[in-house]
Amino acid sequence: MSKISDTMAWIDERIPLTDTWNKHVGQYYAPKNFNFWYYFGSLALLVLVIQIVTGIFLTMNYKPDGELAFKSVEYIMRDVNWGWLIRYMHSTGASMFFVVVYLHMMRAIMYGSYKKPRELLWIFGMLIYLVLMAEAFMGYLLPWGQMSYWGAQVIISLFGAIPWVGDAITLWLRGDYVVSDATLNRFFALHVIAMPLVLVGLVFVHIIALHEVGSNNPDGNDIKKLKGPDGKPLDGIPFHPYYTVKDLVGVAVFLIIFFAIVFFAPEMGGYFLEHANFVPADPLKTPEHIAPVWYFTPYYAILRAIPIKLLGVIAMFAAIAVLFFLPWIDRNPVRSIRYRSTAYKVILAAFVISFLILGYYGLQPVTPLGTFISRLCSLIYFGFFIALFFISKNEKTKPVPERVNY
Amino acid sequence: MKLLKNVIRLSTGLSTGLSTGLSTGLSISVKAVAVISLMAVLPQAGYAAGGGAELEHFSPVRTDRALQRGARTFMNYCQGCHTADYQRYSRLAEDIGLSDAEMLENMVFTTDANGEQTKVGSLIGSNMSKEYAKTAFGVAPPNLALVSRSRGVDWLYTYMKSFYLDESRPLGANNTVYPNVGMPHVLADLQGWYKPVYHDDGEGHQVLDGFQQVTAGKLTADEYNSTISDLVSFLDYLGDPNREARHSLGIKVMLFLLLFLALAILLKKEYWKDVPHNN
Repeated sequence: MSKISDTMAWIDERIPLTDTWNKHVGQYYAPKNFNFWYYFGSLALLVLVIQIVTGIFLTMNYKPDGELAFKSVEYIMRDVNWGWLIRYMHSTGASMFFVVVYLHMMRAIMYGSYKKPRELLWIFGMLIYLVLMAEAFMGYLLPWGQMSYWGAQVIISLFGAIPWVGDAITLWLRGDYVVSDATLNRFFALHVIAMPLVLVGLVFVHIIALHEVGSNNPDGNDIKKLKGPDGKPLDGIPFHPYYTVKDLVGVAVFLIIFFAIVFFAPEMGGYFLEHANFVPADPLKTPEHIAPVWYFTPYYAILRAIPIKLLGVIAMFAAIAVLFFLPWIDRNPVRSIRYRSTAYKVILAAFVISFLILGYYGLQPVTPLGTFISRLCSLIYFGFFIALFFISKNEKTKPVPERVNY
Repeated sequence: MKLLKNVIRLSTGLSTGLSTGLSTGLSISVKAVAVISLMAVLPQAGYAAGGGAELEHFSPVRTDRALQRGARTFMNYCQGCHTADYQRYSRLAEDIGLSDAEMLENMVFTTDANGEQTKVGSLIGSNMSKEYAKTAFGVAPPNLALVSRSRGVDWLYTYMKSFYLDESRPLGANNTVYPNVGMPHVLADLQGWYKPVYHDDGEGHQVLDGFQQVTAGKLTADEYNSTISDLVSFLDYLGDPNREARHSLGIKVMLFLLLFLALAILLKKEYWKDVPHNN
């Protein structure tokens, strides 16, 4: 026996290294018909790693202090070697994380990847999305610019709409009567320790859940049903090397886009780094127009569309909460959009378009027309789930093939 | 010449053109032009600009000469009240082609706590204390190091050309871009004094046509424009001193990633030859 296999045997007697590798990579059989939409899971993992690594280096020079925070970011940008690169990678990474996650979720919805037996996989994914939003929101306070400050002020004050305990909750969240040094310190602690820890834990469980039930595919059929004489799925191929090399192509394309932004347009025209955030936080001066970063704006538009604050807050949280129940709202066992009815395709298209329009109006100052369109789109957004519940009950679907299309 | 084209697109009617002397200093590289055009096609989210005046388009220049002239104007006229204390003198010197000694001799007018000239490695501060500034202007003048990124260069360029005589203001000056601004017209001795010319649009709104000169300054209108052009180019540099390094590294990274992509595609194709098709 060679030295390497000796060493491997020695390790395998102590921890299940080879078994683990085979279960999750080397002998993990994935459907061979993955398309464009299947790149975003591994890309989300890549962005997570980028965020953690750049975050560690930022933490080495950042000062979570109301007096020093803004200046320390500029210190990173100007005086720290490669500080600008690390910071822009982190700020671009935040936005790109949401780009990738939204596309990943879109994939799951289109191909019914939330349906039995993948309900828990979907719920863990939704929890990741929720924690990611908290992580991004807290991270955005840290540069301590005007938009950081007032964005946090607006979002935290939403909890004040809760009857009786609202004010107590906002006070508890901020640690002060306004967003202040105390808020900055706790958000820093949550952003660099608590949330990433939870996030990594959830990602781990998400992957374990995936590998337990196996990957869905664009045809939405179960590749484990048809196995060859060797006991391997006929339409399955080992994740490594086939999908590792394929994902490498996705990684290359993603990095080209990612670094084009980092190097040539890190502000992304004011959408990734807002102009007002180049002014230090000033508790006495409200910016003319407060808008959250683009990835929150669909929900922000729903909030603003509803005239009663409490109802707006409830609708905003409900817009996210309802997604958790998708596996039970959609009662049709056919997974993929390819074999579903025209009615389903129409309501899904309306849902996606309304989400994008809400995202646009969440960025704009309030206008009567904008409010009207936001209300309409909010109705479509929630209407999708109601329509889906009824349409999916007795939907006319096409037959799902036994073998995948490849 | 790109700048010349842009400067001629003026709406206030203040400028009549650009002095020929300036264009010699404006050798913008092909790369810079490519990058500027790239930035120009990107969608822009709104800047937090006060006032409602129409802004002139301005393309900043990144030549050492322009930045040196802009820095000189900044140190002589702006730094008396404004700081830029995210940036160091030494870094500025290095970026605009000056030695530390030249920097200290020509541009460092601030003093440290002991009353001695500020060290070249220090941040670009101001000699005016925050408390004094608050008493004098009502509000402490903002740090200008990032003003080009919060306001945008178009705003700055137009703002610096929109001061006018207004006896009703405490410091005798007002601004059409930032109405009732606390800042006096610091460059009045260079520009001279102007007054705005309005016309009624028929619906009771006053629309700004342009400015009319009241008293002459030390500079002609063209010379003043070129001074402001250099100053705003300098502020643009101050807001984003790494831009050139970023772009040049970015091109190398892009080339590497394209090569990486090509290899990844070939590798994928080679492996996926074994995967049989169903139909």
